[in-house]
Amino acid sequence: MKDTEMLEQNVTNHPVKIAARNVQVYYGDSQAIRDVDIDINDKTVTAFIGPSGCGKSTFLRCINRMNDTIDAARVTGDIRIDGEDIYDKRVDPVQLRAKVGMVFQKPNPFPKSIYDNVAYGPRIHGLAQNKADLDGIVEQALRRGAIWDEVKDRLHAPGTGLSGGQQQRLCIARAVATEPEVLLMDEPCSALDPIATAQVEELIDELRQNYSVVIVTHSMQQAARVSQKTAFFHLGNLVEFGDTDDIFTRPQDPRTESYITGRIG
Amino acid sequence: MSDIPNPAAPIADPRGASLLVQDGRTKRRNASEGRFKLYGIVAIAIGLLMLLTLLFTIISRGTGAFQQTYVTLSVPLLEEKLDKNGNRDLAEIKKVSTFGYAPLTKAAFEAKIAESGIETSLKPKAMADLLSKDAAAQLRDYVVANPDLIGSTVEFEFLTNSRVDGYLKGRVSRESIANDKNINAAQLDLVDALIADGSLQKRLNLNFITGADASDARPEAAGMGVAMLGSFAMMLVVLVLALPIGVAASIYLEEFAPKNWITDIIEVNISNLAAVPSIVFGILGLAVFINYMHLPNSAPLVGGLVLTLMTLPTIIISTRASLKSVPPSIRDAALGVGASKMQSVFHHVLPLAAPGILTGTIIGLAQALGETAPLLLIGMVGFIASNPPESIAEGLMAPNSAMPAQIYEWAKRADPAFYERAWGGIIILLVFLISMNAIAVLLRRRFERRW
Repeated sequence: MKDTEMLEQNVTNHPVKIAARNVQVYYGDSQAIRDVDIDINDKTVTAFIGPSGCGKSTFLRCINRMNDTIDAARVTGDIRIDGEDIYDKRVDPVQLRAKVGMVFQKPNPFPKSIYDNVAYGPRIHGLAQNKADLDGIVEQALRRGAIWDEVKDRLHAPGTGLSGGQQQRLCIARAVATEPEVLLMDEPCSALDPIATAQVEELIDELRQNYSVVIVTHSMQQAARVSQKTAFFHLGNLVEFGDTDDIFTRPQDPRTESYITGRIG
Repeated sequence: MSDIPNPAAPIADPRGASLLVQDGRTKRRNASEGRFKLYGIVAIAIGLLMLLTLLFTIISRGTGAFQQTYVTLSVPLLEEKLDKNGNRDLAEIKKVSTFGYAPLTKAAFEAKIAESGIETSLKPKAMADLLSKDAAAQLRDYVVANPDLIGSTVEFEFLTNSRVDGYLKGRVSRESIANDKNINAAQLDLVDALIADGSLQKRLNLNFITGADASDARPEAAGMGVAMLGSFAMMLVVLVLALPIGVAASIYLEEFAPKNWITDIIEVNISNLAAVPSIVFGILGLAVFINYMHLPNSAPLVGGLVLTLMTLPTIIISTRASLKSVPPSIRDAALGVGASKMQSVFHHVLPLAAPGILTGTIIGLAQALGETAPLLLIGMVGFIASNPPESIAEGLMAPNSAMPAQIYEWAKRADPAFYERAWGGIIILLVFLISMNAIAVLLRRRFERRW
């Protein structure tokens, strides 16, 4: 299988990008995440797997503080990116989110042109000096999103007119346009057909060259195909975390084994 | 209903039954569905019938107000009466009141009758009564506007008395005037002769749309124009105040405010305010704006402030609904690329909500435009015969009425000629309301974005 070729790549020598210690997340009175400790490497694809409601998306949203937008959510513990505590009082979540891009489950382009979708982030962060600069950034982002060839002739057509897979790649291009260091993906292929999924997965593998990618997925095959590291969440706990190869072939925890063999979840 | 199985009935065995034959249960279900559809159709038919009756009544009774009976007379504008010094000084010409003009119109009318060769036994006073009491004022306005014409003879169309007008429109008949001391059978004979002569004519009455209200004795001269300007001034105040305040309040409540018991109370109160009878806002306006802040009585500014209070809940509710209808994924997308909360609201959410906000605002304005009750309490309902305001400031501060208040005012006067004008006023008001609603629909169609 193609999976095994990818898994052979050695990733452990990349430095740690995100370090989480003792993270707890509460929604009101109920605890969604308990005691999560994890080190996520730079230039690596890390997959979060687990049954629905296990807290993998919740934890993902802690990394760019999207949980701040939910009134009832409360996060404790320590999450550091490059050694800096992102929950420090001095950290502005807006600045953090420019550094930690996010791609959502459902493709959500703005109801604007393809160009404006991608140019929006660079515009609000002042990344371009002039129009030519901005054009360059947009083109580069669309190329990285592997959608440039499909849309270069209709940059001013609405982004919502693209197909689902194209929309999701546009959203990825929009996320990389702000030059993030970490890219969070919350089930990016769950609304896509197999062909679009394959294109996005290929893209994720390319993005690994430049970013630390964290992907939440329901599909174990997808985790095996695209990731180098896998974390298995169950009932709010991080059960097991290690090289994707090890998790899928030699799981240490019986719960992981049950899940990947299809007995739970 | 009939769907509930009757426990006493034998349990049907569906197996083996033919599909070509409807069983009893299916028949009953189909019959009840048919009855339900029929109820719906009957309800819609009743509604439509009432709407048509309403429209037919309004149009059949109101269109008369847009026509008026005029008589064309040639009036010599005698210099010795209108400008004794002969220096055409406007200030001096204005000193001549309508009493100075009345003999001219009377003489012109008598001359017209004599010239047409109509035999009548009426005294000159009774003849002149056929002309509107406003005729002299009409002539004076004309001369003040064109002082150079003094000394010449002009052809001028004078309004006739409302009874004469009613006679031409069929409202007044020889039977109905039995107890009417404003007109008698001999006068109607003269009118008949003048109609046969072609001197009396019914034609379009623009003054009804542009003019001011007139006193009880001269319904033929009354118009909606000044009340319309009063309504416009109020709408201006409502738009300038209610739209920004309402939209700002909704954006804060919907996007920024923490969800706690204080915002819950505010929310409940806004919903309740939308249902508060408008007269309550009227008495609030009387207490606060007139008694406490000493703003002038009957001023459209005060009316506008009161209607703003009344419209705000409508605008806030519709704005919040349209903000809510913007999918949260758009907010996530904006926040995800590092937009601040405010940027996500102003760059993405607000433009998508704009058609809904505009529609809500226009509906709110239309509601305010048709509101009479709060105006009762701040003195905008009554006989307020003002000239059209000369500036926006005067339009806001000078006493004025409003369209629905004017309609109410006419409807309660005794003379049936005013009753016709009330219906006519309703046509004008409805034209405004229908156009505003049409604009709301067009804007929504035009700017609605799909995602």
